[in-house]
Amino acid sequence: MFTLVPFVVFRYSFFNVDSLHIHHFPHRPFVESFEETPLLVAVLTYMGYGILTIFGYLRDFLRDWKFEKCHLAREREEQKDFVPLYQDFENFYTRNLYMRIRDNWNRPICSVPGAKMDLLERVTPDYNWTFEHTGNVLKDVINMGSYNYLGFAENTGTCADAASECTVKYGVGVSSTRQEIGNLDKHEELEILVARFLGVESSMAFGMGFATNSMNIPALTGKGCLILSDELNHASLVLGARLSGSTIRVFKHNNMQSLEKLLRDAIVHGQPRTHRPWKKILILVEGIYSMEGSIVRLPEVIALKKKYKAYLYLDEAHSIGALGPRGRGVVDYFGLDPSDVDIMMGTFTKSFGAAGGYIGGKKELIDYLRLHSHSTVYATSMSPPIIQQIITSMKCIMGEDGSTLGQERLCQLSENTTYFRRRLHEMGFIIYGNNDSPVVPLMLYMPAKIGAFGREMLKRNIGTVVVGFPATPIIESRARFCVSAAHTREMLDKALNAISEVGDLLQLKYSRKNRHGNEGSDSFSFLESHQD
Amino acid sequence: MNIDRESSESEAPAYHLILEGILILWIIRLLFSKTYKLQERSDLTEKEKEELIEEWQPEPLVPLVSKDHPSLNYDVVTGPPSHKIIVNGKECVNFASFNFLGLLESERVKLKALSSLKKYGVGTCGPRGFYGTFDVHLELEERLAKFMRTEEAIIYSYGFATIASAIPAYSKRGDIIFVDEAACFSIQKGLQASRSFIKYFKHNDMEDLERLLKEQEIEDQKNPRKAKVIRRFIVIEGLYINTADLCPLPELVKLKYKYKVRIFLEESMSFGVLGEHGRGVTEHFGVNIDDIDLISANMENALASIGGFCCGRSFVIDHQRLSGQGYCFSASLPPMLAAAAIEALNIMEEDPGLFRVLRDKCKHVHKALQGTPGLKVVGEPLAPALHLQLENSSGSRTDDLKLLRAIVDYVRYNNRSEAKGRKRCGRKKCTSNRDNHTLKRIVKQNPFKNVGEIHKEWTVAGVSASRTTTHRRMQDMGFSCRIPCVKPLLNNRQHQKRLASKRTGLLLSGPKLCSLMKVNFAFPLEIRVPESGGREERHTIHVA
Repeated sequence: MFTLVPFVVFRYSFFNVDSLHIHHFPHRPFVESFEETPLLVAVLTYMGYGILTIFGYLRDFLRDWKFEKCHLAREREEQKDFVPLYQDFENFYTRNLYMRIRDNWNRPICSVPGAKMDLLERVTPDYNWTFEHTGNVLKDVINMGSYNYLGFAENTGTCADAASECTVKYGVGVSSTRQEIGNLDKHEELEILVARFLGVESSMAFGMGFATNSMNIPALTGKGCLILSDELNHASLVLGARLSGSTIRVFKHNNMQSLEKLLRDAIVHGQPRTHRPWKKILILVEGIYSMEGSIVRLPEVIALKKKYKAYLYLDEAHSIGALGPRGRGVVDYFGLDPSDVDIMMGTFTKSFGAAGGYIGGKKELIDYLRLHSHSTVYATSMSPPIIQQIITSMKCIMGEDGSTLGQERLCQLSENTTYFRRRLHEMGFIIYGNNDSPVVPLMLYMPAKIGAFGREMLKRNIGTVVVGFPATPIIESRARFCVSAAHTREMLDKALNAISEVGDLLQLKYSRKNRHGNEGSDSFSFLESHQD
Repeated sequence: MNIDRESSESEAPAYHLILEGILILWIIRLLFSKTYKLQERSDLTEKEKEELIEEWQPEPLVPLVSKDHPSLNYDVVTGPPSHKIIVNGKECVNFASFNFLGLLESERVKLKALSSLKKYGVGTCGPRGFYGTFDVHLELEERLAKFMRTEEAIIYSYGFATIASAIPAYSKRGDIIFVDEAACFSIQKGLQASRSFIKYFKHNDMEDLERLLKEQEIEDQKNPRKAKVIRRFIVIEGLYINTADLCPLPELVKLKYKYKVRIFLEESMSFGVLGEHGRGVTEHFGVNIDDIDLISANMENALASIGGFCCGRSFVIDHQRLSGQGYCFSASLPPMLAAAAIEALNIMEEDPGLFRVLRDKCKHVHKALQGTPGLKVVGEPLAPALHLQLENSSGSRTDDLKLLRAIVDYVRYNNRSEAKGRKRCGRKKCTSNRDNHTLKRIVKQNPFKNVGEIHKEWTVAGVSASRTTTHRRMQDMGFSCRIPCVKPLLNNRQHQKRLASKRTGLLLSGPKLCSLMKVNFAFPLEIRVPESGGREERHTIHVA
């Protein structure tokens, strides 16, 4: 984990010159940085975890001997002699590490998750074991945590109006599956629109993004097939791959050499032991990786996929709407042809401010999924107002509502992202990921700083997400900001000032790189030439 | 002799020593030489590799499906899926939605959802951990726990993912799950994801389950140390979606304590249906809900919203907040859907009479459908999803499916009750609007009366109209009612003939099936009874 390539610059000018989307070809450099963890910080982080673990054992010992009150829910008396439901070590982490900083997660909100939100104030009488709501509301907290990239999480405006009209007409539920009687005209309308939006032949929508992955991958591959999965893929892709029963091999994050080696070996050696050739090979990648902020090297992946006749499954959960000059995701960002991606998957939760997921691709693929996807046969279809929200917001992005609002949002997001990332970089924080990705991870490293950062930011009326192990590698705890088109420059400045302040307080400005390089200004000039 | 021997010994060394020397050298060589492999492995050259890569042809991503596959083109429903539903442009009575309590079209629920939409917008834009927890979610969890009388509840944003995430949160590799072989698909996905050791017992067969448990007990005695860490679970459904059977819960609880196994109960079909207050099978059987370790259900059937929930003791449920994959890694439930579910719970709590009405209707239709020629009704009379099975299977699944499909299409399209009321003929109506309201009230009081009884009541209320008028008015209002048979539809001989013809497969010509008109069946022939679509069931009553 120390060997992540620091600051790689690639230019994609030689890729796909003959592509149909040549006029959208990005002239921007592909800048992705994963600055190496400073050695001292790494050592201190490990020490931090060591100390926490020692204290954890001590506390467990005290709890065992009833010196300390145990707040954990207990097994029922009648079932004391059953096999324990949890092994002791399983919850060690939860009990002794997570509990200390639990107040940073699950903060209840009581407003639209827009650029600003209202949070319910919580207090804990017993060090985070239980929470009580005081009844006070923290007003107008700047929301840097929600995946509201295009700012469609709104309770007013065309989207909300259309959704409420739809509620009046259809109600909220459907109570049936797609194959039975739950296929409303709204579903059909949505699927046609999604296919048009993505530029694919056909598409299909599902009620939950997570299930879209976990229930459809098994329909595509099975025994005798090989899945090549990025090491940082989302849990839903991992689950889907496991449920499929295929062999799974993992390549290093966004590392094309690693992927190519796996592909070559797989075809040359065939299946393990029997050496039969693989039936098919499926590559699973994400558009934007939500914890790293990196963008998949799609042109290279497509080149490899074509060379080795593999199939490509692209999960655009975070990138759809958030990337590309037309908001069509990572394919649009690189100016590629959507038909080069075999399976285009994405969610409606993030940029569209709704819920659910979709799969787009060739007509044969979608027809097959209509028959064989577990979700269509057994799961209730999507709620009509949710569909309406997607339809309205998607039309807005496409400019089909007759306004330029969608385009403005896309530009705003891109501008905000560049500004936010550049400022953080200048302040001397270690920021991971691609310069164009609206997901901005800021490295905290030490476990104690996770809790401190989250709390200090909330004190300054800014809601952020902090993540630690097991969502990240053990020493790479981080805070994550999601930039939104709804953020105004003032909000971003306020947030940045607060981050800088807290950064000084907690000594987070680890970066040892040149802080005022021309790289940032480069991207800026690009942006202007890009907004034609 | 001695001399001889000595001489022979002194003679030997020349070649002997050489031989031994060579042998020793050979041994040394063997010891220090490189170990060789049994299988000679020659690495492929780059060129050969290129050729192999060139040669390899993968299977197509998906096999081709024929364009006219019956399930490829879904039926399109225009407008809301309430008890009157427009399928492919044709108005039908909806007997296919799981909208058991009729809450789908409830105005109260809609209003609550709308006011929530005004406050929160549509989406949550995040998982529960990262600013995706809304106050409505907390309220819904609290309300569900209170409704079910358990310590805690946890909500998921998708009904299908609920039990499928809950099982692998507890049961890991090496653990054992005993599961009914008729378990629904989402349970099966959960089992698969858990990678535990799965043992199926025969559907609702407690002896078979006990046999498996005993086997395991014997196994445990062999290796008690290992047995101490193997978790065991029984996974069952309250009301099986695949068979419409009830699980024998009291016996299961007995087995639970006898063999120390935990019970996970999936109640999607029984929550909001069974029991005096709609709490499901536990209430139906009077089983202490704390005896069930985990209950999961979706909010998409009776509650007519979206999502699912698990409830039980905090000790069990709280674990899912970090380990339930569908909970942690998925965006949370849109607040308007949570608000709709809360309002639906309010309605259920305020009016437990709903469940009685539903139960009566279920029993009624179950009884009414008995004796349909060629088809048999299987499962529990209380089940709101009725399962009709072919009496004589042709032995081939595709043929059976085709036949069932034909019945469904017949029922949907050969609809004889189209003529609703007469066209205007210029004659003055003999009843006023007020009279009609009186009639409506009478019908609503007890929908199960036949036309004669209703006519009598209407006359008592002071309206003088003929029995035919009564019937016609009721039909105009959208009710339909039973005219008691004066004489049987078929005499004994005709009846015998009909039975014989049915056996020879001339099923569809039977007039009795024709009277199943205007009923819209879902594909695997099940009839679900929507609460508010109550009166329309009368169509089926003719069958009896």
